[in-house]
Amino acid sequence: MTVKIVIGLDGTDTGERALEFAKDLASKIDACELIVIYIIEWSPFTFQTAEENAQRHKRREEEIELATTRIVDPAVAALKKAGFKASGLVRHGDVAETLNALTVEHGGSQIIVGRASSDGFAKRIFGSSTQSLVMHADVPVTVVG
Amino acid sequence: MKHNSTFWMTSAVAAMATSPLAAQEAMGIDEKVNQIFANLTGPFVSLIFAPFPGTSFPWIVMWLVVAASIFTLYFGFVQFRFFRHAIQLVKGDYSDPNDAGEVSHFQALATALSGTVGLGNIAGVAVAVGIGGPGATFWMILAGLLGMASKFTECTLGVKYRNEYEDGTVSGGPMYYISKGFNELGLPGGKILAVVFSVFCILGALGGGNMFQANQAHAQISGIVGDYPGWITGIIFAGVVFAVIVGGIKSIANVTEKVVPFMGILYVGAALVILLVNYDQIGWAFGQIFAGAFTGLGVAGGFVGALIQGFKRAAFSNEAGVGSAAIAHSAVKTKEPITEGFVSLLEPLIDTVVICTMTALVIVISQQLIIDPATGNYLLNDAGTAIATVDGNSGVSLTSAAFASGISWFPYVLAIAVVLFAFSTMISWSYYGLKAWTYLFGEGKGSELTFKVIFCIFIVIGAAASLGPVIDFSDAAIFAMAVVNIFCLYFLMKLVKKELASYAARLESGEIKKFTH
Repeated sequence: MTVKIVIGLDGTDTGERALEFAKDLASKIDACELIVIYIIEWSPFTFQTAEENAQRHKRREEEIELATTRIVDPAVAALKKAGFKASGLVRHGDVAETLNALTVEHGGSQIIVGRASSDGFAKRIFGSSTQSLVMHADVPVTVVG
Repeated sequence: MKHNSTFWMTSAVAAMATSPLAAQEAMGIDEKVNQIFANLTGPFVSLIFAPFPGTSFPWIVMWLVVAASIFTLYFGFVQFRFFRHAIQLVKGDYSDPNDAGEVSHFQALATALSGTVGLGNIAGVAVAVGIGGPGATFWMILAGLLGMASKFTECTLGVKYRNEYEDGTVSGGPMYYISKGFNELGLPGGKILAVVFSVFCILGALGGGNMFQANQAHAQISGIVGDYPGWITGIIFAGVVFAVIVGGIKSIANVTEKVVPFMGILYVGAALVILLVNYDQIGWAFGQIFAGAFTGLGVAGGFVGALIQGFKRAAFSNEAGVGSAAIAHSAVKTKEPITEGFVSLLEPLIDTVVICTMTALVIVISQQLIIDPATGNYLLNDAGTAIATVDGNSGVSLTSAAFASGISWFPYVLAIAVVLFAFSTMISWSYYGLKAWTYLFGEGKGSELTFKVIFCIFIVIGAAASLGPVIDFSDAAIFAMAVVNIFCLYFLMKLVKKELASYAARLESGEIKKFTH
């Protein structure tokens, strides 16, 4: 049976380390598929102007395009080049919730993410997405430091 | 309007640049222009706000209330039957997770609300209760509940007939559903009616959605910091609005859009605190509202006076039937246009039934309105036109005094809220006006910039002058939108009924179901 491992990227160096760790892990498993996921932080409960609403669909397409070409596609290409079976996904939503939901949806057996990259005031109050993921995920989570 | 503004600007510049004598002459020109403008627009204003013969009841208010009642009956009390479903839609229970990142029902509702919640809820209600007594509240709530059906009708059509362009942006509103809907039904004149609506929409945006807001915001600020020239407020406001709508500085709009809902919640919260502190009088206050609704309790015009004020305030505050909300709601991401109709019916509920009622209750409970202890009726002021109040307050100062009786520092928060509400209403209406403008003159950077610059110029004019006739005209233009919009809705409502029947059947059968998030 193929083992599916999800790698959550956030476009920072810690994401790169998560990717390296996943490669290492996957090389030790016979049939392994790597799914690279990038979540664009978004909430349906924010306040926007009418003009922003009118352009939202266009902006969403641009955001997905940017995340795909800059982050997900290069990661998937690098994994494939290294001989792994890999695919990529980009979604909008709450980072921890959506990453977990997509992992469950695609039958992933574990999630690998980088250590929280945000720091400072906001993190102290709200906690990081990584913390939230570790606490609420339905599958084992590996946090790479 | 543009021609007139040029006159104003020219004379204002002349007044600043020349000697006091010349300035005096320039003032004379201002007055003359004002007079000419009043004479030109007077018949239009009189027509829109004309009362029924022998009464002081403006026919336009009846036009809105009758329409709301007809839509309520025609759609079988849709505002009550689908109320729970509307809440579920806003919560996102029926939103496809694959559409994450698009405009949600909540976002479309919040955007539309920021355009309607404003001075009407704070100052307008005080005027209504001050003239019509507590009984006006009853009629205001009734009109708000009926208005939910008007919003439902126009916003469903707004989404159904919006334009979706290749680049992914959308444009919607009455001008699109009037022309496309009439076409679909094989009716003549759709295009002409859409053009007429657009013209009124532009005038309404420049007036009620701009000059009136700037004028009242300046009145609030100068009330606190002392009197100073209005053009200073106007230039600051115009600069900030320019930065947002032309400069594309999203951060200012983002901050406002976040602060305004917070202010709204704070306002309702403060009202609730005052009501809780005076909880033993809530029963009495409702008693006054019901008694006043049917007897008037001594107000000018008796219970009819209360009814007129209540209906008028609700109609003026929530804009149900005006068509403006259909423009704001049309950007939502949904495969079912009618879902946005359900969501939009929450708007008059929040605006009128909740926020306006809170204002009215606080004014009644704080006993700012003077009662004659001998008769239990309200005492009238010397002129006999409104109820006598403690310190003779009226309008926004009455609301302010009522809140201050419970929370002494609240008037400062209220002043900030009024200014922010005015700003967010301007941003919203700049968009409504722009959509009408581009409908008439085509989409394109040059055409859009022209309107945006005109819009900013009108902010300065609105804040600088006491433009009685111009503001009358602007309000008239907003309600003229309702004349065209509702006339067309009567023809188009059968299209909405078809959608409603189909959706209700699929919801019943389980074809439309909740998504597990």
